[in-house]
Amino acid sequence: MPEIKVTPLGAGQDVGRSCILVSIAGKNVMLDCGMHMGYNDDRRFPDFSYITQNGRLTDFLDCVIISHFHLDHCGALPYFSEMVGYDGPIYMTHPTKAICPILLEDYRKITVDKKGETNFFTSQMIKDCMKKVVAVHLHQTVQVDDELEIKAYYAGHVLGAAMFQIKVGSESAVYTGDYNMTPDRHLGAAWIDKCRPNLLITESTYATTIRDSKRCRERDFLKKVHETVERGGKVLIPVFALGRAQELCILLETFWERMNLKAPIYFSTGLTEKANHYYKLFITWTNQKIRKTFVQRNMFEFKHIKAFDRAFADNPGPMVVFATPGMLHAGQSLQIFRKWAGNEKNMVIMPGYCVQGTVGHKILSGQRKLEMEGRQILEVKMQVEYMSFSAHADAKGIMQLVRQAEPDNVLLVHGEAKKMEFLKQKIEQEFHVNCYMPANGETVTLLTHPNIPVGISLGLLKREMALGLLPDAKRPKLMHGTLIMKDNNFRLVSSEQALKELGLAEHQLRFTCRVHIHDTRKEQETVLRVYSHLKSVLKAHSVQHLPDGSVMVESILIQATAHSEDPGTKVLLVSWTYQDEELGSYLTSLLKKGLPQAPS
Amino acid sequence: MAAHLKKRVYEEFTKVVQQQHEEIASKKLRLTKPSKSAALHIDLCKATSPADALQYLLQFARKPVEAESVEGVVRILLEHYYKENDASVRLKIASLLGLLSKTAGFSPDCIMDDAINTLQNEKSHQVLAQLLDTLLAIGTKLPENPAVQARLIDVACKHLTDTSHGVRNKCLQLLGNLGSLEKNVAKDTEGLATKDVQKIIGDYFVDQDPRVRTAAIKAMLQLHERGLKLHQTIYNQACRLLSDDYEQVRSAAVQLIWVLSQLYPESIVPIPSSNEEIRLVDDAFGKICHMVSDGSWVVRVQAAKLLGSMGQVSSHFLEQTLDKKLMSDLRRKRTAHERAKELYSSGEFSSGRKWGDDAPKEEIDTGAVNLIESGACGAFVHGLEDEMYEVRIAAVEALCMLAQSSPSFAEKCLDFLVDMFNDEIEEVRLQSIHTMRKISNNITLREDQLDTVLAVLEDSSRDIREALHELLCYTNVSTKEGIHLALVELLKNLAKYPTDRESIWKCLKFLGGRHPTLVLPLVPDLLSTHPFFDTAEPDMDDPAYIAVLVLIFNAAETCPTMPALFSDHTFRHYAYLRDSLSHLVPALRLPGRKLLSSPVSPSITPHEDPSQQFLQQSLERVYNLQHLDPQGTQELLQFTIRDLQRLGELQSDLAGVADFSATYLRCQLLLIKALQEKLWNMAAPLYLKQSDMASAAAKQILEETYKMEFMYSGVESRQVVIIHHMRLQAKALQLIVTARTTRGMEPLFGMCEKFLQEVDLFQRCFITELPHLQDSFVDKLLDLMPRLMTSKPSEVVKILQATLRQSTFLHLPLPEQIHRATATIIEPAGESDNPLRFTSGLVVALDVDATLEHVQDPQTIVKVQVLYPDGQAQIIHPKPSDFRNPGPGRHRLITQVYLSHGAWTEPCQIEVRLLLAYDSSTRISRAACLDGAEALPLVENSIEGTIPFSKPVKVYIMPKPARR
Repeated sequence: MPEIKVTPLGAGQDVGRSCILVSIAGKNVMLDCGMHMGYNDDRRFPDFSYITQNGRLTDFLDCVIISHFHLDHCGALPYFSEMVGYDGPIYMTHPTKAICPILLEDYRKITVDKKGETNFFTSQMIKDCMKKVVAVHLHQTVQVDDELEIKAYYAGHVLGAAMFQIKVGSESAVYTGDYNMTPDRHLGAAWIDKCRPNLLITESTYATTIRDSKRCRERDFLKKVHETVERGGKVLIPVFALGRAQELCILLETFWERMNLKAPIYFSTGLTEKANHYYKLFITWTNQKIRKTFVQRNMFEFKHIKAFDRAFADNPGPMVVFATPGMLHAGQSLQIFRKWAGNEKNMVIMPGYCVQGTVGHKILSGQRKLEMEGRQILEVKMQVEYMSFSAHADAKGIMQLVRQAEPDNVLLVHGEAKKMEFLKQKIEQEFHVNCYMPANGETVTLLTHPNIPVGISLGLLKREMALGLLPDAKRPKLMHGTLIMKDNNFRLVSSEQALKELGLAEHQLRFTCRVHIHDTRKEQETVLRVYSHLKSVLKAHSVQHLPDGSVMVESILIQATAHSEDPGTKVLLVSWTYQDEELGSYLTSLLKKGLPQAPS
Repeated sequence: MAAHLKKRVYEEFTKVVQQQHEEIASKKLRLTKPSKSAALHIDLCKATSPADALQYLLQFARKPVEAESVEGVVRILLEHYYKENDASVRLKIASLLGLLSKTAGFSPDCIMDDAINTLQNEKSHQVLAQLLDTLLAIGTKLPENPAVQARLIDVACKHLTDTSHGVRNKCLQLLGNLGSLEKNVAKDTEGLATKDVQKIIGDYFVDQDPRVRTAAIKAMLQLHERGLKLHQTIYNQACRLLSDDYEQVRSAAVQLIWVLSQLYPESIVPIPSSNEEIRLVDDAFGKICHMVSDGSWVVRVQAAKLLGSMGQVSSHFLEQTLDKKLMSDLRRKRTAHERAKELYSSGEFSSGRKWGDDAPKEEIDTGAVNLIESGACGAFVHGLEDEMYEVRIAAVEALCMLAQSSPSFAEKCLDFLVDMFNDEIEEVRLQSIHTMRKISNNITLREDQLDTVLAVLEDSSRDIREALHELLCYTNVSTKEGIHLALVELLKNLAKYPTDRESIWKCLKFLGGRHPTLVLPLVPDLLSTHPFFDTAEPDMDDPAYIAVLVLIFNAAETCPTMPALFSDHTFRHYAYLRDSLSHLVPALRLPGRKLLSSPVSPSITPHEDPSQQFLQQSLERVYNLQHLDPQGTQELLQFTIRDLQRLGELQSDLAGVADFSATYLRCQLLLIKALQEKLWNMAAPLYLKQSDMASAAAKQILEETYKMEFMYSGVESRQVVIIHHMRLQAKALQLIVTARTTRGMEPLFGMCEKFLQEVDLFQRCFITELPHLQDSFVDKLLDLMPRLMTSKPSEVVKILQATLRQSTFLHLPLPEQIHRATATIIEPAGESDNPLRFTSGLVVALDVDATLEHVQDPQTIVKVQVLYPDGQAQIIHPKPSDFRNPGPGRHRLITQVYLSHGAWTEPCQIEVRLLLAYDSSTRISRAACLDGAEALPLVENSIEGTIPFSKPVKVYIMPKPARR
């Protein structure tokens, strides 16, 4: 029985180090190759030894697909390809290919230069790894080999994020990566056609959440920034380099434009600047508004947002600064925070989740006195705000995607087990499809019922169509023919052709039946009576009286002879071929009932 | 073989016979213009290859064919059709047949048989489809012929089983367009059982080709459009189509469901998977709501649009569309809207500054959470958050329509609309502001909502700000803080965009008028009065101070206790503003100064405004004087005109009437003055150019009459008669003046002729109105008409002169509603000292922004004129899309005018103004139509011209010589 096997090496009932193995119709595909934020030991990367103990990965895997550039989806890639060793193709979209190495390099720097780890991948390894990457376009069908093909769909979430359809013959699976069903300021919503895959592997970060409208959040954010700036205060927005930072930049930029505001906006140099460059380039991946207006002006060419210089922090007057990192644990954002924290006119807005132990988490939980290094006490007088800008689909969004794609089975990854449980139950209940949620290392096996294509000759098809009355779409139809299985394909041909092809002689199968009729008259008269009777009953068929004294109904022959013993009984000989079985048996049963009494 | 050949010959022979038969018919016709069809015939015979023939046909198709020669042409085409082997040529012929049968004045029933015959032998699917299209054209031309229709339907049914989707499409189209409306008609004409067109079309809902499915649904919709009542049974079929794979099918199915829901709103349908039943309209509403989250945006737009027109849906379902139960980690969460509402009701101002402020509260039962509801849940929430702005706009529109019909829904959708004010696309923002204005009588804004609304006042787009001002005019605010907030924000807006002055003042006028009790407690604060100390007198010219005063005075109109809070200078300022900005400041009953008219006769005419009375009285006075001494008449007229003009300035609602009457009186005054001139006293004609005064008067009267006719909206035919009458008098005057000042008779002949023609035209146009013109100039003239026709020009002039002097002054009845068209150019402001520099010979674009009031159909009649210092004038026709319609009777013109000129040495000013173009023929013929007179052939008599109706604005420009 054909089957699809799925084994998550990471992200099974967990968030982080997404890595899912799918084998479908004999092809093995690895979806994503991420790292885990929470660990610093071996657990940070997926256990690739699971795939093969001592063989080469390249022999086992047909391809690797990376859905987007977040490190929990691509962080282990150089390790996997260069250190473990994989030389096969790696597929990702163009923006992902462009931005991914920047992030990997940054990640490498932090781990090696800052934390002083050894035995980590090098810059050269990142470069080598990227050479193995094949970039794909949206909705482009890429033939990995003769049978395996993949296709990317738009996923929202971050620039270049894609969902991938993997297809072998008529069996297919869709992997969503991370996606967002509601559009935001710079990206559109995820979309997929009714591709009806056998399996849909979807993320489930917000399996138990239904979110409020994005507009309220945006409005609150803008209002807070606007009020502070009007008061003459400074606003600090700590962000991670990519993704949300751009969304917030666009949001503020358009707001400044709309409201004719003059206060300067800065973002800290480094990563963001380099990434912005790519955002400018990949306009086709952004949302409707940006795509429509970029002819006049590229929205990412910010008019009001300028690069930040360390010295600007001391400038008087209002300003807004985006600074990395997002959790205020180190770097520029923390420096600026220390400078501005003392003034109650200022404000810091945390646009995302903060890990425990960071300054960001402390101030969010209401701590007003912070102990900095060197036993300094920093009193926080500035306002602290929290705004969640997250780009994952919520429970409704996930359900919407399932509805759009109409899969036969759903598999949940990238979420917490408890939350998945709820969504699983919902999906089974609403769509009546099987839903799975394997843990890491656990294998799910699905049986599939792939269609087997059979070729049919046009002549036969037309002939059979002509027999039916109305073309009735999407309903099974019975037809006669011969199935030939030859050279690994199937063909349905008419029996004559089959005989010809196989070089066989045609055999005729004939049924003959005798029907006894009590009739004292002469044979010819009996025949005539039979003829007139059949003629009156079988209006739709051609009934002929042949000159040799027999009756033909279509191709069925009826002859009458006198019974050798009893002249009062006539024997009717009915003979028909195998093809006319239906009519023939009907005819005999008709004749067995006897002839109607003649009027004479 | 021989037998086979013989058979073929036989076949061909029958065909020939058939054609001969047709040709006999065509011979009978005797084409009057054989050239056309003959030429075609020759061309087609000449054609050696199909490509050639196609070329000839294409050429032929470019020229129109007269109705009488159509049949002949059709015969020739058909003849060629039978001979032609190439499918593409046959296709072209088939399409030509369709085109020809559409020719006006040609009845295509004679070619129908042939067209149907051709169908029988046709093999090519494309040609078949084209032929069916031709039949459709024929069928639609003969809507009154049931036999034809039945026959065509027969043909369509026969070809429905064709394998090509194109043919099936056309057949369905044919059925949709021609399917019989009444069953009994079908019974009569067909011997067979009645064909149930709906059943046949319905069968094709499950066709294998999506295009055919779409065509089937469209055909069904077509039947509905033609007034056939669709069966309710289709509903289930249509619902199944909603989950079709193809977007065009889904889109059409949504429409069909909507149609059915309008037809059978009250019938009951079962809910699958439960034994409950609901109304069909509710069910359909739920289904369409579901489509708002469809994968294709085309379907989403369609669904969102249709939702708006489902007014019959029950409120329970309606309110679900705005419901989206939030949860976080399986615990119920309140939406930001709910939180805002709660904060408001608890009397606490937003403190939402804590992380986890929106922390979820109670646990929810996992079983009860329905993630994809079958019902309407959250449809609008999704629609308003959609990626495509087209969907968002459609959703906003739908919201508007539903809110207009249901006040409770209006209240609920407010939060969502307010949110839309922050959309990234300006069009959406604008649309939602307009929507809010439309439903504003149903709603009261909460403070937090008002806050969001007001935040948009800082928008840099003028359209948005003005729409918002308009909205604030109609908004109900619940608290005095709200009013204060609004005022503060408006003043901020004023400071930021001083050009919004007028709009903001107007907005405050209504805001004050609507909320007198809320303004009252704010007054001391706003006027910064102090119980003990005198405060400094604010600057009277400060627009912000004026804005505050406008708010207060309008509130004071219905709140008599308010003036007690005013300080002395406020009263003085009131007097000043009442005079200078009378349209913004109402008349107040102030202690110590009584309103002039209040004690006069409040009991007699309580409903009538004193100023209205004044207007009536002064007009009455003028009309009463018939034969006063000329001096007295002139003086009285002058005074009355002055009064009226002043009245018009003071009372904005009477401005139209006052101006209109004043203009008329001025004409009369000019006429009297012209007739008083010394010139007339001399016996002999003076061949001098000294009678400038009279001819100038005549010219001016003419101009004024055009203004009266075309610049005022609401002018009725009664007034038009008087205006034309006045114009006729002016023309008579012109004729007399010319007669007296020119030497020689020749030019007079022409003028007399023309004048008499015009009198004739006048009589014909206004024949029904003539009885009202007793004793007037024209009345007398018409009596003398036979004499005039025969006499010499000099005689005519004499008679005219006498009648003109004797004729009485006609009473101008005042129309109910009359408004003068006005235009104000906002941009360019005309105050800039910096010349607009550009290279001579090249073009510079000048942004023009103007508001137009009471202009009907501005797209066609409003022009922009640019006057260069050298006297060169240029008239620019703005594009229709440059006009916007922000409110009833108001238009806004935002356009660009391209200027160019040769090099100047100095910067100089050009003038820009708006013109109203008129065309006298339209008005006359319209009047004629009203009066039921026959159409007038005198088109050449029409006068086209333009009236300037805005103040000219000077723009400083400087074309520089091009650098080499």
